[in-house]
Amino acid sequence: MSVDATTVRRIAHLARIAVSDAEVPHLQGELNAMLAFVEQLSEVNVDGVEPMTSVTPMEMKKRADVVNDGEIADVIVRNAPDTVNGFFLVPKVVE
Amino acid sequence: MTDLTSLTIAEAREGLASKSFTARELTDAHLAAIEAARVLNAYVLETPDRAREMAKAADAKIAKGEGGPLAGIPLGIKDLFATRDIRTTACSNILGNFIPPYESTVTSQLWRDGAVLLGKLNNDEFAMGSSNETSCFGPVTNPWRREGSNTTLVPGGSSGGSASAVAAALCMGATATDTGGSIRQPAAFTATVGIKPTYGRCSRWGIVAFASSLDQAGPIARSTRDAAILMRSMAGHDPKDTTSVDIAVPDYEAAIGKSVKGMKIGIPREYRLDGMPAEIEKLWSEGAQWLKAAGAELVEVSLPHTKYALPAYYIVAPAEASSNLARYDGVRYGLRDPGKNIIEMYENTRADGFGDEVRRRVLIGTYVLSAGYYDAYYLRAQKVRTLIKKDFEDCFAKGVNAILTPATPSAAFGIGEKGGADPVEMYLNDIFTVTVNMAGLPGIAVPAGKDTQGLPLGLQLIGRPFDEETLFSLGEVIEQAAGRFTAPRWW
Repeated sequence: MSVDATTVRRIAHLARIAVSDAEVPHLQGELNAMLAFVEQLSEVNVDGVEPMTSVTPMEMKKRADVVNDGEIADVIVRNAPDTVNGFFLVPKVVE
Repeated sequence: MTDLTSLTIAEAREGLASKSFTARELTDAHLAAIEAARVLNAYVLETPDRAREMAKAADAKIAKGEGGPLAGIPLGIKDLFATRDIRTTACSNILGNFIPPYESTVTSQLWRDGAVLLGKLNNDEFAMGSSNETSCFGPVTNPWRREGSNTTLVPGGSSGGSASAVAAALCMGATATDTGGSIRQPAAFTATVGIKPTYGRCSRWGIVAFASSLDQAGPIARSTRDAAILMRSMAGHDPKDTTSVDIAVPDYEAAIGKSVKGMKIGIPREYRLDGMPAEIEKLWSEGAQWLKAAGAELVEVSLPHTKYALPAYYIVAPAEASSNLARYDGVRYGLRDPGKNIIEMYENTRADGFGDEVRRRVLIGTYVLSAGYYDAYYLRAQKVRTLIKKDFEDCFAKGVNAILTPATPSAAFGIGEKGGADPVEMYLNDIFTVTVNMAGLPGIAVPAGKDTQGLPLGLQLIGRPFDEETLFSLGEVIEQAAGRFTAPRWW
């Protein structure tokens, strides 16, 4: 399988990465090189094989359902590019 | 007094205990070495004030007889580990000046045991790379050079800063992480010892995530014993990481010097590649002979799905990365580029903040997870992964204790030499190491010799799950036979 220019633009939008028209042919070439490389997996017989979900067999641990942290809003927003009154600030999303 | 930076951790531990020197002197010697070696670009942040403060505290504890197992030992920390109040960037512009308000579990255990932080070490951006050339701080220089040449070589990656700093004696040991070979390949390129423990052995909490089902932390050090000493402090159960395993951490150092007599060592025929340099082939059989001379038994084994590990990795790892890196959106931390609406802000921020290799992997990961392609790529790759793991299980079920392979298909190469036209050329560096991550197994790289140009080469030992001890015992046999290798100082 290989990707065309439209697909490259669609993936970039899904990944939320701006891509200029000038970059598309280059990216298309690189992605197709990677896809050509992984193509060899199609020759493996995977009939009846379970897909791996956990490399180490183990049961997922669950912590007790209790509040064990909090009241640190100032710490949480400390690294944010823009905040107001302990909230993250983003461009308007609701008209 | 001998140059304190040339000591191993084990030697420094003795010197500190016998009061031959203080932790402060040991730290000062390393800070001076770091200052004199800035041309290597191994450190992206030096923390001399913090280091002296921690060394002073270690001296006080040692004087009271309360020094921990790493009291006063100065270490470098890969910039993928969150360090409280100290800038942590994963060597990406998108994290900018991120100052974590928390400490990674692995580093917190090192400080608990008395170690001293010298600074943060360079790595490939988000640990994506095999040469440390994708770092936003620029490439790292390998202290090793070809004989009679001034060509600047890469230290490998992604833990290139860790490997370079340990090899050049800019720290006594370093933390590193390994998703497809990022501890073992740079260790092999710099004549250092690097171990990727079993998946689940070290907590991933507070380590910047790349591919969560493959990422593991481990040490890089100048001897097998030093790696064992560091490993004991880094390992252990952590309730904050659901994949961290709750089993006891053994005294790894006790495995150093233990007899390997009667152990079965698998030599996998699929690791004999067409066009592999003759010197790597030679090193591999030499290594096998050393283990045999120590009483181990060599058996040829087959791992039939080996050749599919790298292509499967380049589906699984980018898929997980595209999901993990979704968090870098310009809202909660790091870089933000404006846009006329929130979507444009995300897109501009991520276009500006991610480097080329990271962008490439996020895009391919997004593609293989997208509607209509998930089964053909991701699901198939996860099935292949099951087969790769089964290859190893079959092998261990036949009584094999560990598997011996070359660590890398070549010695260190020049900056800018690989991957310029085709990214896959760079990916092939990890051909011998990536299988281990796919199967979640422990793997150690140990220096074993030099190529005809005088560059170090390493051997890899792959162990059973949670049997890092056997790897330390076997690694020590190779170290005793091959000796240790020190880069001649030119910087």
